[in-house]
Amino acid sequence: MADQAPAAALPRAAAPALRRVNLSWLGVVPFLLFTTLFLIAPIFYLVNGAFRTPEGAYTLDNLVALTGPDIWPSYWLSIRLSFTSAALGCVFGALLAWALQLGGLPPWVKRAFLTFAGVASNFAGVPLAFAFIATLGRLGLVTLILRDVFGFNLYGHGFNLFSFWGLAITYLYFQLPLMMLMMMPAMEGLRREWREAAESLGASGPQFWRMVALPVLAPSALGCFLLLFANAFGTLATVYALTSANFPVVPIVLFQQIRGNVLYNPNLGYALALGMVIIMAVSNTLYFVLRNRAERWRK
Amino acid sequence: MRRFPLFASLVALLCAAFFLVPLAATVNFSLRMRRGEISLDAYASVFRDDTFLSVLGFSALASLAAIALGALLVVPTAYWVRLRLPGLRPLTEFLSLMPLIIPPVVLVFGYVRIYGTASVLPLTMSEAGTNLLLVIGYTVLSLPYMYRAVDNGMAAIDIATLTEAAESLGASRLRTIATVIFPNVRSAIMSGAFLTFSISLGEFVITSLLNRPAFGPYLVQMGQDYAYQPAALAIMAFAFTWACMALMDFFATRKPGQGLLPFLRRKSP
Repeated sequence: MADQAPAAALPRAAAPALRRVNLSWLGVVPFLLFTTLFLIAPIFYLVNGAFRTPEGAYTLDNLVALTGPDIWPSYWLSIRLSFTSAALGCVFGALLAWALQLGGLPPWVKRAFLTFAGVASNFAGVPLAFAFIATLGRLGLVTLILRDVFGFNLYGHGFNLFSFWGLAITYLYFQLPLMMLMMMPAMEGLRREWREAAESLGASGPQFWRMVALPVLAPSALGCFLLLFANAFGTLATVYALTSANFPVVPIVLFQQIRGNVLYNPNLGYALALGMVIIMAVSNTLYFVLRNRAERWRK
Repeated sequence: MRRFPLFASLVALLCAAFFLVPLAATVNFSLRMRRGEISLDAYASVFRDDTFLSVLGFSALASLAAIALGALLVVPTAYWVRLRLPGLRPLTEFLSLMPLIIPPVVLVFGYVRIYGTASVLPLTMSEAGTNLLLVIGYTVLSLPYMYRAVDNGMAAIDIATLTEAAESLGASRLRTIATVIFPNVRSAIMSGAFLTFSISLGEFVITSLLNRPAFGPYLVQMGQDYAYQPAALAIMAFAFTWACMALMDFFATRKPGQGLLPFLRRKSP
C-alpha cells in the first residue's frame, strides 16, 4: 500500500508536458473531424466547383452567368421577396414589441404573446403553407368570409396566395414573432430615466423618439432586419409546398438543379449555391456586428 | 390614473388577429371533411393511413439518432474546450454557428456530390449509408442550438471543480464525462434535444433530396393529393411544435439537481 501510492503517482508526475498537450488536442478531434467532413468539405466542394469549367479549368464564367438572364431574375425575385417580408416583419414586429414592452398593456398580454411567438417563430415549413391555404387560399376561411359577408372578391382583385404577396404574408407568420422576440430586450433597454431626462429638458414625445429612442434602437432594428432577410432568403419548404415548386426563388431553382440538373451545367449550379451562401453570410455577419454595437446601451 | 393605451391595444389586437386567424381557419377547415357538418374525419383518416405511421416512425427515429449523435459530439467538445482549450473556443463556436448561415439546400447539395456514387466515401450508394447521411444532416442543422444549450449548461456549473473532485476520487476522464458532467448538463441537452426534434421531425429539404421515406416529403405529398387532411396535419404540427418549445423552455430554465416537475421543487431557504 505504501509502495503503491508513489508508484502510481510517479508516472503521472514524470509524464512530460508534451503528452498532456497531445491529449488535449485529441479531445476536439471528433468534433473538428465531423464539422470538416460534413460542413466545411461540402461547401468547399461547391465553392471550388463554382470557379471551374466542366472540364476542370479555372474560370469566372459561372459567376458571370449568375447575373445573366437565366439566373438573375431568380436572385432578384428572392431579394425582393425577402426584403418585403423582412421589412413587414420589422415594422410590425417592432410595433408589437413596443406595445408589449412600453405600451402599458397588462402583463398577461405580454406573457401570452411571448409564449405564442416562441412557437410561431418555429412554426415554418410545410404545415405553415397548409395553414395559409386554409386561410387565404381560394377556399380559405378569410377568402370566403370576405366574399360572402363583405362582398369582396379577394382573388378577383388580383390577390393570389401562390404569388409574391401571398408568400410575403405567409412568411410574415414566422418573421413577425421573430422580430418581436428580438426587439423586446432592446425596448426594455430604453431607460425610463432617458425619457424623463429628455422631458425635463423640454423635449416632446416625438422629439424623444426621433432624437433618443430611434438612434438607440436603430442598430438592433437594422440587425434584426438583416436576420429576417436571411431567414426569408433561405426559406424553401414553405414555398415548395405552397406553389409546388413553381415559384422560381433561388432555393427552389437550386432544389430543382440538384434533383435534375435543370440548368444543364453542374458548375453553374455550384455558382448558384455560392451566391446564396454569400448573401446569407453577409447578412448574418452584419447582423452579428450590429448586435454587438446595439449591446453597448444595455449595460 | 393612466390613459387607456389605445394605440398599443390596437397593435396588439391586430397582431393577435394575424396570429390566431390562420389557426382558427385551419382548425375550421380540418373539421369540414364531412359535407355540412363538423367532424373529426380528417384526423381519423390521417391516423388510419399506414404511411403516416411509418413515415412518422422513420422521422422520429432519425431525429432521435440525430439528437444522440449531437449530444455525443457536443458534450465532450464543449466540456473539453471549456476545461482545457479555451483558446479554441472561437473556432468551435464559429463552426457550431455555421449551419445558421449555410442553407440546408446548399448543405445537401454538397453531400450528394461528395458522398455520391463516384466518391471515396459513397454513402448514398446504400440504404444504411443514406440514412446515416440524413441523421448527420439533421445533426448539423441542430448543431447551433445543441452547442449553445450545452455550453450554457456548462457555464451554470463549475466544471473545473467537479472535474478535480472526480479525478481526486480516481475517476478516469471518460468516467468523469459520463457520470459527473453528463448528468449535470442533462437538462441542457434535453432543452437542445426538443428543439432538434421539432426541427428535424418535419424537415423537408435534406430529407427529400436524399429520397428518404420521412415525414417532410409525406406532408408535401399530402398537400398535393388531399384537401382536408393537410389542415389536420398542420394543426397537429402546431401542437407538436408548441409541446417541443414548452419542454425546451422547461428544461432550459431548470437547474441541475432540481426535481422533474416544477411544483415538486424543493423550496430553497
